[in-house]
Amino acid sequence: MSKRIDERGYSTADVLVSTDWLQEHLKDPGIRVAESNEDPLLYGADHIPGAVEIDWTRDLNDPVRRDYLDKPEFERLMGRIGATRDTTIVLYGDKNNWWATYAFWVLQLFGHTQAKIMDGGRLKWLNENRPLTREVPKYHATDYKAPQRDEKKFRAFREQVFKHVERKLSLVDVRSPEEFRGERLHMPDYPNEGALRGGHIPGALSIPWGRAVNQEDGTFKDAAELRKTYVEENRLQPGDDVIAYCRIGERSSHTWFVLTYLLGFSKVRNYDGSWTEWGNLVGVPIENPSAEGRHAAAA
Amino acid sequence: MQRLPNRLEKLLAALEDLDRNDRIEMLVDVARRFKCVPESIAVRPFPKERRVPGCESEAYVWAESRPDGTLTYHFAVENPQGISAMALAAFLGDSLSGVPLSEVVAVPADVVYRIFGRELSMGKSLGLMGMVNMVRAAAKQQLQCCAQKVDRK
Repeated sequence: MSKRIDERGYSTADVLVSTDWLQEHLKDPGIRVAESNEDPLLYGADHIPGAVEIDWTRDLNDPVRRDYLDKPEFERLMGRIGATRDTTIVLYGDKNNWWATYAFWVLQLFGHTQAKIMDGGRLKWLNENRPLTREVPKYHATDYKAPQRDEKKFRAFREQVFKHVERKLSLVDVRSPEEFRGERLHMPDYPNEGALRGGHIPGALSIPWGRAVNQEDGTFKDAAELRKTYVEENRLQPGDDVIAYCRIGERSSHTWFVLTYLLGFSKVRNYDGSWTEWGNLVGVPIENPSAEGRHAAAA
Repeated sequence: MQRLPNRLEKLLAALEDLDRNDRIEMLVDVARRFKCVPESIAVRPFPKERRVPGCESEAYVWAESRPDGTLTYHFAVENPQGISAMALAAFLGDSLSGVPLSEVVAVPADVVYRIFGRELSMGKSLGLMGMVNMVRAAAKQQLQCCAQKVDRK
């Protein structure tokens, strides 16, 4: 069983809330609970009473360009869910909170720091037989005013990744070991999402996102266990300039969250272009141990 | 453009008249009607060759012959959170079982976008398209068996 959140040694423990805490605060007017999933039907099937849906494709992404929503779209989204700059957004979702941390990351691009993640996500709430509803809540729309999207601190683009590779700075590949080694182009049991080349960005460390999660209940591991994985085993330091990536930026937003808020790393960026960009770019350097092994065997 | 089987076309037409929220509500109701493959057809552990490649909800597909030569399609979805896969399984089972095999083979895999909308993630849509493709493959195989029988006569 997981320790209480405030006993786990996190650098910013109050960014996580427990299922108990959330159930006690469901009627708190300063809180807006938001569910964010990969499966578009899950919220409609049932959700936490009072929770709104933030759909990662419809609400967070531009429908045409590969990019996130802009300032007016973000203001519309936050206005629609009845949030103000002071509202605390508590996010949860499927897939061990991949999409919840992704939404959390987008909130940070617009400076909405009043945000939390419900530890364990949707599955923990369900497994604890807590209340669920199909009723979609209605909130009075607000006139939310956001600052311009500021990506410098939390988002990395490919040119910055190039420089990172050249300068031999820390890159964390959070995909499965098979993807990292270039043996497959997608997660186990997932389809290929169109990357033409396998492998990883040169110099990247392989630290699959799931190493941050307790398998039995989907909660985050405590700080000592996280430090063992990221700091002791992989030699990352809290002051390092780190870029995390995966396939499209959702799993790496999970690791970005862990490093930034649970371990207190001061400079972590999410490369949301990730492998679906890097694995398709012409002429970029790639390390592919499985292909190198095949070449050596053939020679 | 190839005409879709009548029952499938009617279900799609009903969905297309709905806004996003109502469509999701209808699909959730469809998912709740999903019935796992009967034990007379398959029991756990299900064989790997029946598993839909690339489906994160761990969906399986079987086809059972009917006296008229068509097929009844059965499904299992092992991930209890795989509600889209359950909805699609119920949808395909209802609309394609008993349909002439050539019509089933002609159903395009991207029919999933007409069911779920264009907002599906690429990973999700490819997994769901894999389910449609497994059904089409079963129909195609049956069609080839029927053709071979005719040839031998």
